[in-house]
Amino acid sequence: MKKPSVFLFTFVVIYLVFLYAPIMLLPIFAFNDSSIIAFPLSGFTMDWFIGLMSENTLHRALKNSLIIAVTAAVISTCFGILTARAMARHDFIGKRPSFGLIMAPLFLPEIIIGVALLIVLIQLGVSLNIWTVILGHILICTPFSVSILYSAFNNMDRSIEEASLDLGETRFGTFRRVIFPLVKPGVIASILICFTISLDEFVIAFFLTGVEPTLPVYIWAQLRFPSKLPSIMALGFILLLISLILLAVFEYYRRKSEKLIGKS
Amino acid sequence: MASKNMMNEQKHEQMVELSNIRKSFGKLEVVKGIDLNIAKGEFFSLLGPSGCGKTTLLRMIAGLEVPDDGVVVINQQSMNGVDANKRPTNMVFQSYAIFPHLNVGENVAYGLIKQRLPKAELRKRVDAMLKMVDLDGYYDRPSYALSGGQRQRVALARALILEPKVLLLDEPLSALDKKLREQMQDELRRIQRTLGITFILVTHDQEEALIMSDRIAVMFDGNIAQLGTPQEIYDKPVSRRVASFIGVMNFLDGKCISKNKTSIVVDVESLGQITFPRDIIPDDTSLDQLCVGFRPEMFTILYNKKDKAENEFSSIVKNVDYYGDMSYYTLSLPNSDKDIMVSMRNTSGRYVYDLGETIRVGWRSSSLLVLN
Repeated sequence: MKKPSVFLFTFVVIYLVFLYAPIMLLPIFAFNDSSIIAFPLSGFTMDWFIGLMSENTLHRALKNSLIIAVTAAVISTCFGILTARAMARHDFIGKRPSFGLIMAPLFLPEIIIGVALLIVLIQLGVSLNIWTVILGHILICTPFSVSILYSAFNNMDRSIEEASLDLGETRFGTFRRVIFPLVKPGVIASILICFTISLDEFVIAFFLTGVEPTLPVYIWAQLRFPSKLPSIMALGFILLLISLILLAVFEYYRRKSEKLIGKS
Repeated sequence: MASKNMMNEQKHEQMVELSNIRKSFGKLEVVKGIDLNIAKGEFFSLLGPSGCGKTTLLRMIAGLEVPDDGVVVINQQSMNGVDANKRPTNMVFQSYAIFPHLNVGENVAYGLIKQRLPKAELRKRVDAMLKMVDLDGYYDRPSYALSGGQRQRVALARALILEPKVLLLDEPLSALDKKLREQMQDELRRIQRTLGITFILVTHDQEEALIMSDRIAVMFDGNIAQLGTPQEIYDKPVSRRVASFIGVMNFLDGKCISKNKTSIVVDVESLGQITFPRDIIPDDTSLDQLCVGFRPEMFTILYNKKDKAENEFSSIVKNVDYYGDMSYYTLSLPNSDKDIMVSMRNTSGRYVYDLGETIRVGWRSSSLLVLN
């Protein structure tokens, strides 16, 4: 193997330090026995984690976030399945424009989506609650779901579906017994990624949340109190761990999906 | 050709009847009004180059494609408006289309599960079918752990277990290597004879069609160019195109110089004037430009000095293709720069000629075919 040049090596080190050093501060200060975020460290403590257990507003925010994330993930994945299937197998007038519009939220600034939705909802007289946040999150999660599932549906050998029909199975039966099992890893990957996106989404949740804050909105609110900062560090550390686990599981299912479809 | 006698006895028992079947994809018409009857218990092949419409025709019989015009009748019942899952046909796909998430037994049982048989009965029938295709004991094998030949057998078992009236095979052997392909050809023939099911095979491999079929339809550009037994198609191709698609054929230019009710005289390039019976070519054919063809084995290489033939000429060997059992010599015709191919069986002790050697070639007018 070639030895990397000094310049490239330095560049990579600096890049990684900037990327991960701030994140490394989370576990360090989450266990630091001082309410001031500064070096030198003063000692090891679990107090910040224990303190989180008695924060009622945090528990409410967490519960809201979980409800929103699970609901948004499941519904966007259902939409994703329908869209990806339609795009991969059916031809209809306006296919390309509608595909483009469904995928557009990937590229639109979230603040635009948040403000636009807020105006529409207020005009319609809808009161803001967790359902309005779910609505916004479905809008931004669906494109992710479609892009994960499209390749699964598109790469599937058409003759596998035809074989099922030919062997006497109905169209619905074919979906249930052949198509769904083959795209299932993709569906699980989609649910996980949508869950993660919804869980830490801040802008849309901030606009549409009403009186029931989500976890990111709660964290943002707590930042006004310097004394709460170590608790936020502890909470951040927990979220980081959960995210890493979810990401690993997602990657496992994504690879499994590629393998299954690739073999067919 | 064992079922040939049976075919004659049951002439009226047609299994598949196609009338005026048409299909276009966009502006391209791929099947142009095909009429075809296939008898019960027949091994029938649709043979043609890729893009000739043979697979589309097969898919319309299966119900996977809907004809723009015409009627498909299977077992005396019109299939118009009948979906693939309600037809008495099953298909072996070119890619085999094995369900990758199911094991061998589950793949074979896939269609049978709809019949809600008791578990023991289901298992018994799957095992019997696996035995039939020589996959005894493979029930629990995952489908990704199968070789190409084994996948092919699973696809076959999965289709046959539903006891279809017609089994459709879409280039089932094209992905297999030569040895395995020959073995599967024998096996398909054996299974077809044992079960007596009508088989319709789509293939671009003329050798495969000749070996396996009771009858062959040669297709070009969405039409059937010739329909007949393998021997009819090989011995009496109706056109230059069919002749050059099936086996090797040498072509010479010809011109009719006189004709009467019983015969025509053709001036054949390099071979001279030859008299043929009038019915060697249909009445409506233009006689100005004829094509005379012969197969490499229809001319004889006069190996011994005392060998004699009706007509003969000498030629220099320009090229040798040695196949072991046969040698194919490229020779030039007398007074012509056209090359022809003549074959000789390498019976024991026979010498294989080398480049540049002179050999004598014998032929007679009955070796020749007249084509338009």
